[in-house]
Amino acid sequence: MKLLNTKNLIRLLLLLVVYGVFQFLFVSKMINPFYMMTLILVCIYIILAVSQNIITGFTGQLALGHAGFMAIGAYMSALVVVRMQGSLVTGIIFGALMAAVAGMLIGLPTLRLRGDYLAIATLGLGEIVRITFLNMDYLGGATGLSVPKTIDWTWAFWLMVISVFLMSNFINSSHGRACISVRENEIAAEAMGINTTKYKVMAFTMGAFFAGLAGAIYANYMYLIHPGTFSFLKSFEILAMVVLGGLGSITGSIVGAGILTIVSAGLADYPEFRMVIIALIMIILMVYRPNGLLGNKEFKFDFLQFRKKG
Amino acid sequence: MALLAVDKLSMSFSGLKAVSNLDMEINEGELVGLIGPNGAGKTTVFNMLTGVYLPSEGSIFFEGKKINGIPTYKLSHLGIARTFQNIRLFGDLTVLENVKIAYHQHVSYNMASGIFRLPGYYRGEKDMEEKALAFLKIFSLDDKAQELAKNLPYGQQRRLEIARALATKPSLLLLDEPAAGMNPYETQNLMELIRWIRKEFNLTILLIEHDMSLVMGVCERIYVLDYGINIAHGCPDEIKSNPRVIEAYLGEEAI
Repeated sequence: MKLLNTKNLIRLLLLLVVYGVFQFLFVSKMINPFYMMTLILVCIYIILAVSQNIITGFTGQLALGHAGFMAIGAYMSALVVVRMQGSLVTGIIFGALMAAVAGMLIGLPTLRLRGDYLAIATLGLGEIVRITFLNMDYLGGATGLSVPKTIDWTWAFWLMVISVFLMSNFINSSHGRACISVRENEIAAEAMGINTTKYKVMAFTMGAFFAGLAGAIYANYMYLIHPGTFSFLKSFEILAMVVLGGLGSITGSIVGAGILTIVSAGLADYPEFRMVIIALIMIILMVYRPNGLLGNKEFKFDFLQFRKKG
Repeated sequence: MALLAVDKLSMSFSGLKAVSNLDMEINEGELVGLIGPNGAGKTTVFNMLTGVYLPSEGSIFFEGKKINGIPTYKLSHLGIARTFQNIRLFGDLTVLENVKIAYHQHVSYNMASGIFRLPGYYRGEKDMEEKALAFLKIFSLDDKAQELAKNLPYGQQRRLEIARALATKPSLLLLDEPAAGMNPYETQNLMELIRWIRKEFNLTILLIEHDMSLVMGVCERIYVLDYGINIAHGCPDEIKSNPRVIEAYLGEEAI
């Protein structure tokens, strides 16, 4: 039951191989920068999708404000890096923390709402965030803010790995189970002594924290951030990844984020077909696998394991 | 002193008085029944006792402390547990996880240990797993530990719901129609289970039930509600022969 068992060592080894292969391909210039950008975007979207899944898939709260939290993370890290000449690490941490604070402040009143009402309220709040940045000339306003590019594959990959590791740890702890019980049956969860409001806000805050982290990575990679990037369409895109992969499956969100980001990038030359094809994928999926690719199951590497001792 | 005392408790939903002026006292270790025709307000009483509804009037005392207005989850921490008329298990979770969630209020590690996998997490989880498994063994559900709760047969779902309620370590257990949908044989088993958990866990039990064989078989005292009014209370034999109770159940002509 310890952290350093064979299973986790194999996982770490796999991650190192994945990291190493792409790092090698990149350094030796064997893949072009466009593919590299797609890969880094995949990392960013994985963080976004998994954190949305914590809120929607595991805690069962349909919140659509993820683009707003991403914007807060992006702009707050840019504030530190560009306006205050802070370091990248300070910027990322500050961005994520501010998003978490915003998540908590927004979560406390809105999480009393249920279902569609919560969706509408959070959608509106996400837009409020975007409009606020649009009108803040200090942070670039409508023209956007240029941020030096300091994020590379190493940063994006390992920040993604750490984020997913921490979020999956949360979900697999007793506190994470409390969140899942809210999704399963709120009344029964209350009767079992679980403060459902507290765990909803906790999940929401954690989701916002990692959305902010993803936003900060995005800001420090993309040269330029502008409010238009963080419209409600971005929130829907993230939700689509979660639904595609399966609500309540962390590995599902990883797969979903990967597929949709790569499909989007692959269709970059045919922008008029992009949304059509993505919509088709979603419709076919909803017909044949309404619970998402992985349902609420996790993809496991068990078949790679040697026979268990004892 | 009574473990649970209810004083002039009333609940109205706008114009409808679902429960009016209910007085009830349950002493430690007692097994009390609450019966009445459909719509008499029994489940409303449960919902007030567990903080789901805020009573319109009157007060509830648990261990001498006034508890109206205390939220449901805090009442669970104080030692009141319940089951539901329509089973409310965490269906997509395993049987084991259902019990672990009930143990959550006694969890030994904090959130940070869980997220960062500090040693406390491993100790806490191992301890919880062992306790939950031992608990399931008592209810002979240990062989189903890894099955999804929704896939259990009906009788076992009821059993699991009782087990889960007991895992919160209550002193007062409220059972809402535990025998609903059971055949006579299953009801018989349930009766034995109720008697046994009461002794084993040192419980005080209040139960709502329509199955008279169960109520008359296990309860020491019975309260009867009709249209929200307490029309009788006493030992099973008194209740059986009480004309007002017979009237409430069978209509006036039956007497």
